[in-house]
This record gives sequence, C-alpha cells and structure tokens, in this order.
Amino acid sequence: MTFLERLQNNRNALGLLFMLPATVLLLLFLTYPLGLGFWLGFTDAKVGRAGEWIGLENYQFLWGDAVTRLALFNTLFYTVVASVIKFLLGLWLALLLNRNIRFKTFFRAVILLPYIVPTALSAIAFWWIYDAQFSIISWLLVKMGLIDNYIDFLGNPWNARLSVIAANVWRGVPFVAITLLAGLQTISPSYYEASAIDGASRWQQFRHVTLPLLTPIIAVVMTFSVLFTFTDFQLIYVITRGGPLNATHLMATLSFQRAISGGALGEGAAISIAMVPFLLAAIMFSYFGLQRRAWQQGGQDK
Amino acid sequence: MSDAMAQANAPVPTKQPTSESVGMSYLETPSRKFVTIYLPLIAFLIVLLFPFYWMAITSVKPNQELISRAGNPFWVIAPTLAHFDKLLFHTSYPAWMWNTVLVSVVATFFSLACSVFAAYAIERLRFSGAKQVGLSIFLAYLVPPSILFIPLAAIVYQLGIFDTRWALILTYPTFLIPFATWLLMGYFRSIPFELEECALIDGANRWQILTKIVLPLAVPGLISAGIFAFTLSWNEFIYALTFISSSEVKTVPVGVVTELVQGDVYDWGPLMAGALLGSLPVAFIYSFFVEYYVSGLTGSVKE
Repeated sequence: MTFLERLQNNRNALGLLFMLPATVLLLLFLTYPLGLGFWLGFTDAKVGRAGEWIGLENYQFLWGDAVTRLALFNTLFYTVVASVIKFLLGLWLALLLNRNIRFKTFFRAVILLPYIVPTALSAIAFWWIYDAQFSIISWLLVKMGLIDNYIDFLGNPWNARLSVIAANVWRGVPFVAITLLAGLQTISPSYYEASAIDGASRWQQFRHVTLPLLTPIIAVVMTFSVLFTFTDFQLIYVITRGGPLNATHLMATLSFQRAISGGALGEGAAISIAMVPFLLAAIMFSYFGLQRRAWQQGGQDK
Repeated sequence: MSDAMAQANAPVPTKQPTSESVGMSYLETPSRKFVTIYLPLIAFLIVLLFPFYWMAITSVKPNQELISRAGNPFWVIAPTLAHFDKLLFHTSYPAWMWNTVLVSVVATFFSLACSVFAAYAIERLRFSGAKQVGLSIFLAYLVPPSILFIPLAAIVYQLGIFDTRWALILTYPTFLIPFATWLLMGYFRSIPFELEECALIDGANRWQILTKIVLPLAVPGLISAGIFAFTLSWNEFIYALTFISSSEVKTVPVGVVTELVQGDVYDWGPLMAGALLGSLPVAFIYSFFVEYYVSGLTGSVKE
C-alpha cells in the first residue's frame, strides 16, 4: 500500500487534509486577531508602536469617558429601535408576500434590492435625501403644506438618530421579510384549513398557528439582525461620521475613530472588545429564550 | 431537519402552499384585497425603491437643476451625462471598479474552494471532532468584522500586505468561508449516502467521489454560495476602508465615499453616478440568480 492509498482510507488524515486550507486561513485571520484584540485592549499600543501591558486602564478610562458612554447609549438605542421596527415591518411584508398575489416572484426579487447593493453607496443616497438644503422629503412636505421650513435631518441630535435608524430599517427590512417568508412557506396549509373549520378568525390563525410555528425562525433571523445592527459601521460612517456632537456615534464607528484615525490602537480595541458581552447576551437571549419557548410550546401541547 | 433544508433550498419551488387555500378567503372581495394587500405592498415597494430612483435621476441632472428649488425635483428637464463623464475620465473610478471586480472574484473562488473541502470533510468524511468543527464554523460566522478590523489591521501591516489588494483577498475569506461552508454543509447533507457507497464499491476514490458525484449534485448550492459570497465581497466596506490608503487600490464603495467627497461643497451628481454604477453590477448579477440568492440567504440562517 502506498502512502497515498493509506491516506485515502484514513478518514481522520483525509479529513485533516481537507480542512487544512479553511482552518489555516480562519486561525490566522479570525481566531488570532480575536485574541490579539483582547490583548490590545489591555495595552497602550499606538499605530507603529507595540504597546505595553497596562491592565484595565483603557477600560477604566473609557468608563469615565462621556463620549464612550454616549456611544454605548446610541448603540443600544439604535439597535433596539431599529430591530423592533425591522421585525414588525418585515413580518408584515412577509405575510403580505405569502398571500396569493400577482407578480409574486417579481415583488420578492425587487424587494431584496436594498439588501444586495453596497450599503456604503445606498447610504450616500440617503445622505443626499437628508441634505439640509435640498432634501426631497422636506421639499415634498413643504409643497404639501405640512411644514414651513426645511427639516435639519442631520444637524440635530435626535433628528440625526432617527434618520440613521430609518436608513438602517430601509436596508434591513428586506432581509427579515424574505427569510421570514421562507419560514412561512414551510407551514402546512392544513393547519389553516383545520383552524378555519373550527371557526378561527384571521387574527386567531395568526396568533395561534403562524406565530408559534414561526418562532424558531424568528429567533434565528432576529439574532442575526440584532448582531448586524449592533455592530453596524457603514451607514453611520457615511451619513453622519458620528456627528452632530457625537450624537450618532456607535461603538464600531467610535472604535474606528480612536484606533485608525486617532492612532490609539489599544483604546480602539478595548471599545470593540466591550461590544462582545452585549453580542453574547443577544445571542444567548434569543437562542435560549425564544428557541426553548418554541420547543416547550410543542412539548406541552397547549 | 435536512428535509426542510432541502425543501427550502430547492430553487424555483414549483407549487407553494398559499394561504389562498385557507378556508374563508373566498369571503374576501377584490376591493378589500386591494386595500389590505396591494396597497401596503405598493407602499413598501415605493419606499424601498425610491433611493435608487433618486440616485438615477440625480446622476443625470445638470447642476443648475440640482440646486434649484423651483420646478419638479422628481423629473429632469435637460438630462446630461456630464457627471458620468467626470466620474469615468477625471477620477480613479475605473481603477476602483477593476479592483473591486478583481478582489471579489478572487476572494469568492478562493473561499468557495476552501469551503467545498471543509464542508465535505465535516459532512461526509466525519473525522473525529467533525461536529465540534462544524459548530465552530457557525460561531465564526457570528464574529462581526467591526470587532476584528483593528487587530487585523495590525496583522495585515506585519505581513507587509498593507495597502495592497492581497490585504483584501486574504481577509475577505474570514467572513466568506464560514458562511459558504455552513451553506454547503446543508447541501451535502441532502445528497444520499448510497450514491457515494455505490461509487466506493465501483472503486472510486474520495477525490473522484467529490468531483464526479458530490460536486455535480451540489451545483445549485455552489451557485448560491458563489453569488452570495460575491455580493458580500463587493459590498464590503470596513476592511477596505482600514487596510487600503492609496487611491489606485481602493474599491468602489470606499473610493466613492473617501475621494468623491471633498470639502464642504458636495458634488452630488458624480457622487450619485458613482453610487449607481457601483450598485449596478451586483444588481445585474442578482437579477439572473434571484432564486439562488434567496436560497443562499434563507439557507444561511437555517440550522
């Protein structure tokens, strides 16, 4: 038996060989940087200068830093509000698309467009739509007689927060809708027929058939949605760069500003690492909370 | 689980269960259906598509129409190609386009090749620890680029590939491989074992099984993963922004954002033209492979 033949019959050796390219790449460019990020967070590294161990100093500084606190608040606000709206609108859109409608394939294909084009580029379009002087929204509202002056979308802190949330919702709704639609299509029509015979109204069907059966996929989709929203970077970087007065800075944009633009690698890394507990909490919450509930509902036979 | 996966992943579903077979829907009058279904749907469509219309109309508007509040801004009176001319012949836009194509195509094929081997090994070779490796692939998929880019910048710099296309080609697979492997695992799972066993009895080796039996059967999965990976790398922003500083190696999203925006006076015409041209290639490819893209999207969030 040659070496090659022996290799072919050993599934562990062959498995290792097949896994090699992916593993090397992921270890070098994913696992190692993740560890390096943790390490950098405990050092005072600057661009072009290896840092020294300073313990929790970065985190202590960031805890007392008003801008970081504001960024944390912004990130949580942005994530919660945008995720809730994306879920509600996405579910509504999915339910609409699940009906027997004309041009269904066309609708489904077109609706996904905001999700597939580069976010940085559509963000520029939003920037133009939100322009203080030439905003098309303001123009329309003025012509309709609803407002007198052009809205300062990006100059006022709360306007800016809501404006970037609107852009994020615009981009995220298609993802939620299309994935939930795939979940809806796996629900057997016989449940609806049975409940209709028993006299269930549309709302009761939705509440007691659709929603329980959809819960597992909602849990997964919303975990992804929350994850992407919490770590969002592009929309903010392009539309507001964190302004006005840091009112829209998210953790990701702040870490970029401190580490890459400002050169404080250690401090920036500490900000990114500070996101990890929140991400884990979001994953745990949706995974254990929603998934177990769905399973129990099936198990308890309510 | 694999049945549901295969079902959801099958492109061009022939007949779907629709709620129209629901018992009481015959009570719905056409006008009621219009108000409850088509009206909201059209509203969704208008809001979702308006930014693209706005991009397109702005890119052909002459400057004096752009800055006038008189007239109807939704239409253009004297369309012009001046913004495209400026973009294509007086900026580095063609170079950015070429970089984006190059980086996306190379990163996609490279990641796909790695993923095919990894997914086959995890699903079919079932070496010891394959389950744990599969799970860690899924966890890798959940690591967002925005917490990796700072240490990655340090690594890219140490490797001496800072400010080169290699920095992007080698780092994009960190989010492409986990996703593509996860998707392909689902496809490989749906291929019957018996086919491979027959081939083994007929004397085929693992390589022949992979290339002559598994891969031809997994072509829809490969297309899904490929299309999805291509759009992901085309749209990537934070790595390209951090690892590239020279204009001639920038990608389209980064180039448009960092170089076309200068000072306080924004050139909205060329900006919108750049955004439009940068969006068209992905939209064009997507239009041919909608079903594959959707099955990639829905497959990626399934377990």
